[in-house]
Amino acid sequence: MTKARASLLQVRGLSVSYPGAHAPLRALSEVDLDLDEHECLGVMGESGSGKTQLLLALLGLCGSAARVTGSIRYRGEELRGAAPARLAALRGRRIAMVFQEPHSALNPYLSIARQLSEGARHHLQLTRRAALARAAELLELVQISAPGLRLRQYPHELSGGMRQRVTIAMALMCEPEILLLDEPTTALDVTIQAQVLEVLGSIRERTGVATIFVSHDFGALAALAARLTVMYAGRAVEQGPIGELYAAPLHPYTSGLLRSLPRLDLPVPPRLPAIPGQPPDLADLPAGCAFAPRCPLVHPACRDRPALRTRQPLHRVACHSELPAQRIAEAWP
Amino acid sequence: MNPLTQGEGPWRRSWRRFQARPGARWALGLLGLIIALCLLVPALSPHDYATPSWTHIFRRPSWRDGAWFGTDGLGRDLLVRVMWGCRISLLVGIAASLVSVLIGVAWGTAAGYIGGRTDGLLMRTVDVLYSVPFIPLVIVLEVLFGRNFLLVFVAIGAVSWLDIARIVRGQTLAIRAQSYIEAALALGVRTPAVIWRHVVPNLLGLVVVYATLTVPSVILFEALLSFLGLGVQAPLASLGSLVADGANEMQANPYLLVIPAAFLATIILCLNYLGDALRDALDPRP
Repeated sequence: MTKARASLLQVRGLSVSYPGAHAPLRALSEVDLDLDEHECLGVMGESGSGKTQLLLALLGLCGSAARVTGSIRYRGEELRGAAPARLAALRGRRIAMVFQEPHSALNPYLSIARQLSEGARHHLQLTRRAALARAAELLELVQISAPGLRLRQYPHELSGGMRQRVTIAMALMCEPEILLLDEPTTALDVTIQAQVLEVLGSIRERTGVATIFVSHDFGALAALAARLTVMYAGRAVEQGPIGELYAAPLHPYTSGLLRSLPRLDLPVPPRLPAIPGQPPDLADLPAGCAFAPRCPLVHPACRDRPALRTRQPLHRVACHSELPAQRIAEAWP
Repeated sequence: MNPLTQGEGPWRRSWRRFQARPGARWALGLLGLIIALCLLVPALSPHDYATPSWTHIFRRPSWRDGAWFGTDGLGRDLLVRVMWGCRISLLVGIAASLVSVLIGVAWGTAAGYIGGRTDGLLMRTVDVLYSVPFIPLVIVLEVLFGRNFLLVFVAIGAVSWLDIARIVRGQTLAIRAQSYIEAALALGVRTPAVIWRHVVPNLLGLVVVYATLTVPSVILFEALLSFLGLGVQAPLASLGSLVADGANEMQANPYLLVIPAAFLATIILCLNYLGDALRDALDPRP
């Protein structure tokens, strides 16, 4: 991958912390990301690993209490600390976000037409009629039938999957260049998940919008993302092409997560394997590797925090261990 | 056709539910009738509320005399006076509620949405105002500025917005946590527009209910002030001052007390019933 041009979105050393009762709560620590045009980047991690914070920080929406440091460059323009007016002009227009919970992401008092047209009328100065036409177009793009009828309806009249597709349409109204997806399938039934993923895939094919797809679902990520970043306790612990990362994870955490997925091709064990222990308290992170207390390969070097190192071409891991993937997988009991 | 396929908005749904309650229709109809009467009767009647007539003192209500509600101790037609009383009481109730809704909503949304130190400052102000003893305050104000009808508005408006501000703040906090607010911000909508388009419409149901319940409490409050002689100035009458006057005559001429009191009670009952029906109709659960 050559970096001749400035990439679409370049994140360096992004950290977010919140004041806590005793110590600051470190929600996100020194995350690096690169997103190229038309690319889909997956971000995977469990609850509290900083996935959502990452997306909110990209939009400058972490709230006034948050301390955000590091650099977020959109086409070379620094967004961290940019004027609120500039950020508001980018939000929805260039960078748009889809939220996890379709039930609360739509205002119950506004018709679908009004929710969809709000951003477009604001950013593109469309007339009401033009915005409605665009909204109908987008409802078709997200495969909602009878757009004319749906536009007149209100959120409570739509099913969960339909609502999520409406929020996706809402994000796409102004033809953004970057689409941030915050667990768009988590709150949905499995069959609806497949439907939404299919819609997202076809949208990416037709519009080529660059996407950051945050999820804790390996399957959903595999459906869309080409590259994957695995997060643990606010840090990126492994980054690489998704196929390679699934086939040969080089971080014990990734390895443990993959191992804990039930497999269709193997007999079901009496107990599903799990990673023992709990994720660390974000206000009291261990000095070294945050995963060390739960890691089967822990050794004295783990008292120093490992940096992300390139182990394979394009595959970076934050672990002191030099073991091949096979040996790491075997280390799990 | 099934209403679910027509795109029925929350407001229309509430209206349908509201109409489905027969009591609510009665309350609305009765209130409308009283409003229509109190607008029409003083205009059509040959009598006015102020001119005394020494030949018609303490006439009992009768059809033949033309004084359907009788006359008071100064020979003034009670029907006209009661209708004027309804006008004044409703006007005070509605105007003061409107003022208190405007201040309360603005204050409460600001406190709830901005939060932090602003919230603390705004809500502590409310707490301080709550602690001011109200009737002595009104008496002091009237001593200082003389008896002035406007003062009654100001005094009532100044207290009744406090409840609304508190309720609105609490609701704003809940709405602010909803992800459609975050979604709107993530779409680049500016804060004032978010408040106006996303927070306020979600507050309206609550505010409408609360305002409907504020009107009767304000009317009762005005009645109390007038009963104590602190309200409207004679010869103008509100229902409260009519009840006060009637109370002096209640042994010899009970109709002077009973008729205005019945109107007062009817208005209050209708408004309370409306508020109750609205609360059910505007319930956000579908």
